[in-house]
Parts: sequence; structure tokens; C-alpha cells
Amino acid sequence: MGMLTRLRVNARSVRKRYRWEEVLSAYLFLAPSIALFFLFKHFPIFYALYLSLHRWRLGIVDRTFVGLHNYQLLITSDEFWQAVRNSLYYALGSIPLNMAVSLTIALLLNRQIRGRAIFRTAYFLPTITSTAAMAVVWMWIYHPDFGLANWILNTLGLPRLRWLYDPRWAMPALIIMGIWKGMGYNIIIYLAGLQNIPQHLYDAARIDGAASRACFRHITWPLLTPTSFLILIIAVINSLKAFAQMHVMTDGGPLGSTTVIAYYLYQHGFQFFNLGYASAVACALFVILLGLTLIQFKVLGPRVHYQ
Amino acid sequence: MSTKVLTRSRERLSTYDLGRTVGNIIVYAILTTGTIAMIMPFAWMVSTSFKEAGSIFTYPPRWIPDRFVLDNYLDAWRAAPFGRYFFNSLLVASAVTLGQLISCSLAAYAFARLNFPGKSLLFVLFLSTMMIPLQLTIIPSFLVLQELKWLDTYYALIVPFTVSAFGTFLLRQTFMTIPQELEDAAKLDGCSRLGFLWRIVLPLSKPPLASLALFTFMGNWNDYLWPLIMTNSREMRTLQIGLRFLVSQEGGSRWGMFMASTVMISLPIIVFYLLVQKQFVKGIALTGLRG
Repeated sequence: MGMLTRLRVNARSVRKRYRWEEVLSAYLFLAPSIALFFLFKHFPIFYALYLSLHRWRLGIVDRTFVGLHNYQLLITSDEFWQAVRNSLYYALGSIPLNMAVSLTIALLLNRQIRGRAIFRTAYFLPTITSTAAMAVVWMWIYHPDFGLANWILNTLGLPRLRWLYDPRWAMPALIIMGIWKGMGYNIIIYLAGLQNIPQHLYDAARIDGAASRACFRHITWPLLTPTSFLILIIAVINSLKAFAQMHVMTDGGPLGSTTVIAYYLYQHGFQFFNLGYASAVACALFVILLGLTLIQFKVLGPRVHYQ
Repeated sequence: MSTKVLTRSRERLSTYDLGRTVGNIIVYAILTTGTIAMIMPFAWMVSTSFKEAGSIFTYPPRWIPDRFVLDNYLDAWRAAPFGRYFFNSLLVASAVTLGQLISCSLAAYAFARLNFPGKSLLFVLFLSTMMIPLQLTIIPSFLVLQELKWLDTYYALIVPFTVSAFGTFLLRQTFMTIPQELEDAAKLDGCSRLGFLWRIVLPLSKPPLASLALFTFMGNWNDYLWPLIMTNSREMRTLQIGLRFLVSQEGGSRWGMFMASTVMISLPIIVFYLLVQKQFVKGIALTGLRG
């Protein structure tokens, strides 16, 4: 074997750095991925940017160059800003609560308890079922007259709500469903993060007489920061892309109260076929996502504690 | 000997044990409450789906139907071509999964084990696709598919998703750990690159391949925005889109039928999940990303 390795090293250094057979194989192996990525990922980015500089209503108005006009329309549109606000409302309403509850459940599930597998399955069930199907179930739960949600409110002695029919309560209704749906995934990630914390740190702390609260503050929380950071980044991106539940449950209403950016984009692109303007919305959404991700890296990145 | 020491220390710590028991009761109380909240919508869905038309609209809600009937299921089956929707979803998700397993294996092999010019540039280009939101590319993709005359066909639902940067990187991690000596020995025996990939690399990489297949299949089965936009005719709808159109066309009143539909749609994926649960949880823990 040693002989063979030496031969190979010699062959490498004598010939050129690349062997044509190897290069050819590599590009053949990569060809399907490169072709489809180009067609459906990289080319569309530039095409979207190009389209955003045009006025084009499919089948009604031909494509004409209008410069930054679409962006001007966007910035001065109340509806667009309402969509941005709605998206932020959805993100801020669901993410912190979701993360806090998920972490609590993960901490409890991480203890030596019986029936762990059953609990884990139950918490994960909403995550694996489709958003569209569960959205229909929650429409029935939010039914103003016969729904479960109002029955629970009534049982607790609280007034009934009109949920999806009330502009003030439609978004909270979607947020509650979103938390129910998304928790399982976060719990699994938190559990994996918890299992990566070496047990000997806790043992050492116990010997030093640390209480469990101190253990959490000084061991668990800091060593979980990479996990929390990962979950936060993904959650922000996902919440701004949320679409299916709005499309199934509210159609962006009532009174536009659940028209988030992704839904606004769909309306203009695929209901009004206003492709130029919708492309400008898509670019704006991308910039917002990129900006929020960069801010998180900048502000929270230094506080993340890597082992 | 060691057990004796252990027993003695246990006795001494009986107050600690008491605190622990109380703590455990609280833990179970919280976890059970949470579990009930998680399961309640499913129970409500199943319960409603078996109720007679007359007993659905009752207040306060009744959890156990007075009489179990299958009418809602028959109605749903009659109101929409669920057989066709089911076939479409199964075909699309299976084809996408198979396509990704092949394309990601090939690409991962190239990145992990071959030396070629432009490798790092291509690596970055692959990586960048994971950061591009679908919303940014969906209008251009729609126009590309229109040019190809693929709108409202299976091609539109399958082909764009048969490649994945996530899958490529996941497999590459494992492919890199296979020792070079193995490849050299295989070559000496006259094994080609594809033969080596097929006979040695892939059998050694079953866990990540299984995780990739699971994530891809379930993600695609549940996908919504893409099939909504890229299909038009009733025959091409997937289960998720078919359900949405059934609900909007029947108006918000036939809850028994709607719940029967959601049971039919969710049941296969729940059963599938229960069967492969261990692998799935391991997969998420392994990869961190993607759900």
C-alpha cells in the first residue's frame, strides 16, 4: 500500500495538476445540478431584477422599460407597507413565544422521564402534517359559533371572538396556529443541542454545589446559544415566507389584516399578473430577508458562544 | 460492593428524592398539558369526520359522535377526484425524491472525491442556492416553464426539484470520510468511478441517504406555493391544492366533509412518519437544517 501511495504522489507531481479524465467525470457528474440550478435559481435572480424594471401585465400590457418606477410605486404604496407590517407582526408574534415554549419543552424532555418517545411524537405530529390540511382543521377550530377555540374561551369565562372574521383577531389566530405547527421542529433541534452539551460540565458544577438554576444560566444557556441562533435565523426567514395558511384560511383578509408580503406578492404576480410590479416586491422581500439576517449576525453573532 | 455504596447514598438523599418526585410531577403535568394541546386539533378533526351531518353543529362541542358514519368520507370522495390527487402527490414526491438521490449522489461524489478546476466557485454557487428564497425566483421560473411549455404538466412539478444543494452537502460530508485506499483498491480491480460510487460509496452512506429521501419526500408532499402556481387544471392538482379548491368551492359550511378530506390527506403521512420516526429525528439532529 505504501508503494502504491508513493506511486500516486509521483504521478501527480510529474503530470499536470488535473487529469482530464477526472475533470471530465466531475463535470459530467455535476452537469444535471448545474443546469437546473442555472435555469431555476441563478438565471431567475437576474431575470427578476430585470423584470422589476419593466411594466408588464401578462396578456394585457406589453413589456416596457420603466426604470425604477415600480420601486417608486412600491415605496409610496400603503398596501405594501401594511403587508410589511403584517409580516413583522406575524414574525414578532410567533417567534419569541415559539422559541421560549420549545426550549422549555425540550429541557423537560431531556430529563430521564418515562414515555419520552410518546411525548416527542405528540409534539412533532403537527410539524410533519401539511400546512394546507392543518389550516383547514384550524378554520373549523376558529368557527365563530361551533368552533373549539370559542368553547375553550367560554369555559375559561372569557368572551367569544370572531377570530378569522375579525381584522383584529385574524392575525393572532394565524400566529397561534403557526406556533402549534412549528414547535415540534424547534424542539427536536433544541434536544439535539442539549445532547451535545458534555455531561461532565454538569457533574463538575454539582460538585461545586451549583443549584440547577445556576447550571442553566452558566452552562445550558450559553452552550445552547448556537442552537438558538440557528433556530432564530431559520424562523425569521420562514415566517416572512409564510403563505399557505393565509391562502387557505383568510385570503389575506379581513380588510387586508393578514396580507403578508408573500401573499401580496402572490396577489400582484398571479392574480393581477402584474409581473413587473410583483418582481419588484420579490426583490424587496429578498432585501428585507437579507437585511434581517445580516442584522442578526451583526447584533447577536458576537454573543453566540461556540465551544 | 458498588451497589451497597449506592444504596447507602440513596438513603441519605431521601429529602432530595422527595424534591425530585415533586419536580417530576410538575414536569409530567406540563408535558401532558402540552401534549393535549398538540393532539386536540387532530382529535377534533377525526371526531368531526365521523359525525352525522345533523350533529356537527352543536354547542358545546361533543367529542364522541352519537353515531359513527362514513358519509363524510364518501361525500369527499364524490366531491373531488381524490384518487387522482393522491396519485399526483405520490408520483411527484417519489420522482423528486429519486431524482435528488441520483443527482445529489453524483454531485456530492464530484465535490468530495474529485479534483477539477472551478471547484470552489461551483461550491459557492451551490451554496448560494440555499439562500435564495423561492419567492424571488418564482415569477421567472413561471416564465421559464411557460417557454418550455411545461406549465400544468408533471415536468413543472418534478424537474426543478430534482436537484438540491442541501442534499449534495449532506452526502458530501459522508462521502469524504470513505478512505482513499478503498477507491485505489477498487480501481486496481477494474472498477469504474460509477461502479465505485454505486457498489461501495452508496452502501456505506445509507443513513444520510435515508434522511435525504425522507426530508425530500415529506417536504414535497406538503409543498403548496409551487403546485398552486404551476398547475391550472383539476387533473394536475396535488392533494394540498385539491383540498384548498374543494374548501373554497363548497363554501365554508361542509365541515364534516372537509375534516374527512384532511384525515385522508394527513393519515398516509402520519403513518409513514410513525414508521420511520427514529430515522427522521436522527436525521434532523444529524443535519440541523431543514424540516
